[in-house]
Amino acid sequence: MSTRLTLLTALLSVFSFWSCQKEESLSAPEPEEPEEAVIYDLTFPKRFGSPTIPANNPLTQAGVDLGRVLFYEKKLSGDNTLSCGSCHQQKLAFTDGKAFGVGVGGKIAKRSTMALANVAYNTSFNWDGAAATLEEQARFPLENPLEMNQNIEEAVRELQSTPAYPPLFQKAFGTSTITADLLFKALSQFQRILISANSPFDQYRDGFKTLPPEEIEGFMLFMTHPDPAQNIRGGNCGDCHGSDLTSLQQFHNNGLDLTFADNGRGAVTGRSTDNGKFKAPSIRNIALTAPYMHDGRFKTLEEVLDHYNEHIQANSPNLDPLIMEASNQTRGKTLALTAEEKAKIIKFLHTLTDEFFIQDKRFSEKLVK
Amino acid sequence: MKNLLSTYTALFIIAFLPLLTSSCKEDAEPSLPGEVKLAFKHVVGQNALSLEDQEYTNANGDKFKVSTFKYYISNVVLKKADGTEYKQAESYYLIDESKPASKLITISDVPAGEYSSLTFTIGVDSTRNISGAQTGALDPVNGMFWTWNSGYVFVKLEGTSPQSQNGGLVFHIGGYAKPNNTIRTVSPALNGQKLRVAAGKAPQLHLKTNILSMFQGAHTIKFSELSSTMGGANSVKVADNYATGMFQVDRIDN
Repeated sequence: MSTRLTLLTALLSVFSFWSCQKEESLSAPEPEEPEEAVIYDLTFPKRFGSPTIPANNPLTQAGVDLGRVLFYEKKLSGDNTLSCGSCHQQKLAFTDGKAFGVGVGGKIAKRSTMALANVAYNTSFNWDGAAATLEEQARFPLENPLEMNQNIEEAVRELQSTPAYPPLFQKAFGTSTITADLLFKALSQFQRILISANSPFDQYRDGFKTLPPEEIEGFMLFMTHPDPAQNIRGGNCGDCHGSDLTSLQQFHNNGLDLTFADNGRGAVTGRSTDNGKFKAPSIRNIALTAPYMHDGRFKTLEEVLDHYNEHIQANSPNLDPLIMEASNQTRGKTLALTAEEKAKIIKFLHTLTDEFFIQDKRFSEKLVK
Repeated sequence: MKNLLSTYTALFIIAFLPLLTSSCKEDAEPSLPGEVKLAFKHVVGQNALSLEDQEYTNANGDKFKVSTFKYYISNVVLKKADGTEYKQAESYYLIDESKPASKLITISDVPAGEYSSLTFTIGVDSTRNISGAQTGALDPVNGMFWTWNSGYVFVKLEGTSPQSQNGGLVFHIGGYAKPNNTIRTVSPALNGQKLRVAAGKAPQLHLKTNILSMFQGAHTIKFSELSSTMGGANSVKVADNYATGMFQVDRIDN
């Protein structure tokens, strides 16, 4: 009898669960067309929250496949010498190892190449947040004369005239007529699958492995805002690089300069109170993405820690209050971490290096036949 | 035995049937429900809040500017004069000065009737600090979650003050555990007015959220002594302050 009751209970609860459950599939809803589209099943840990995938650009296997070859397609640059992958190199967590990106003809870009990892979660793009979606973002480097220097319509024409691309667009979007809009959609689909969630830190967070005590202490310091009144020591990093994604998606002036060669966010919003602010990006794979800051001024993580600990420009306009009000000493004027604490934080930062991510064959260079 | 078995089975099905049929219904109430809108206006004393370089003065005479102001409202309860309550399920809202749309919230499926009292929590209840879905307003991406520490930031104010030792103001009020629990529940007086809820109607209750209340009341906050708190005893002082008078009903449009 008890078996029967248990079975019944199970059936009933399954039924009532189903009946109330709204569709919460992590992959995007099924598109209307093309009809036989295979949904790309994006997997990521629950602790990351939900990625933002536009309703009009669901992830499909064909879309992701197309986005991948486009990402590595040199026809997207003005002189057919550079692809997205030229600056966003997988082995360097999709950066280029340079202070500033190098565009067509050796031109020097205005800012440092941003790493790509977990960008499906971003609520804004570029150092200044000029783009709200990946689809919008794709246009910036393509058209920028210091980067790929390409006329979008020219790129579309070039792709259309190849034998390979029209059928790939047909498969991905149900039409062989290539447009800038579809080009950006495909590139975005590929970038959304660049999920980095298998670093030693992730394995620790998921309970699969332990980390040495110093790395865990570094992690706690990283995520803690110091409060000498409560005897709490902290590195104050998590105020901006918080959550498992290591970015809270906000813009901050982190006290690099007294005056700004680049107004950053302020140039986008037109507000003087935003001058000198830049996005606090994800710092996943940070050990691979040197040099650091929007202008690549720091060559090592040690230099970055020294900046936050000792060299903040206290009189920089719009300096973030979260930085002003962070000291490990009562009435301290600087962050005042010890050398040992800084070393622990750097050890933690190395646990964010995801070897699986930089070797994942789904992300590597692939060219059209 | 066989009889007994089928009796049990039948009883079981009968007991569960209502669950199956009613658990998903949205309008199970006898009378047709309506909506209530809560509109929040952020003020600093008599002045409207601006995040653009506007200087204000607190009760201690300290000057300050605000660059960030956001807070959680949760567990909204509306009450009729006869004591009948409507408790909204999944009631979590993040109100953010920098996002105008967030300052108008809609409570749907409120049973028809006249409501004479409004109660809500400033912050997030302790249960939801440690468990449950972290989506929507509660998504950690909103920057209001101390992932590694102690749940949500309930009220976040950042800015600057010349009286502050280092020039900044960081008031991140949160923490649900004793002795530094900062969850506060308030019932701003409706001043004898009533919210008349009926199908097709959406009475609007206008609330003023006064930032000055964070720094006055039980504890006068001097920025020279306290300019930064992220939970703990000092956050409790600020929560005690804003529990009395941060929210005032401005008017009701029925």
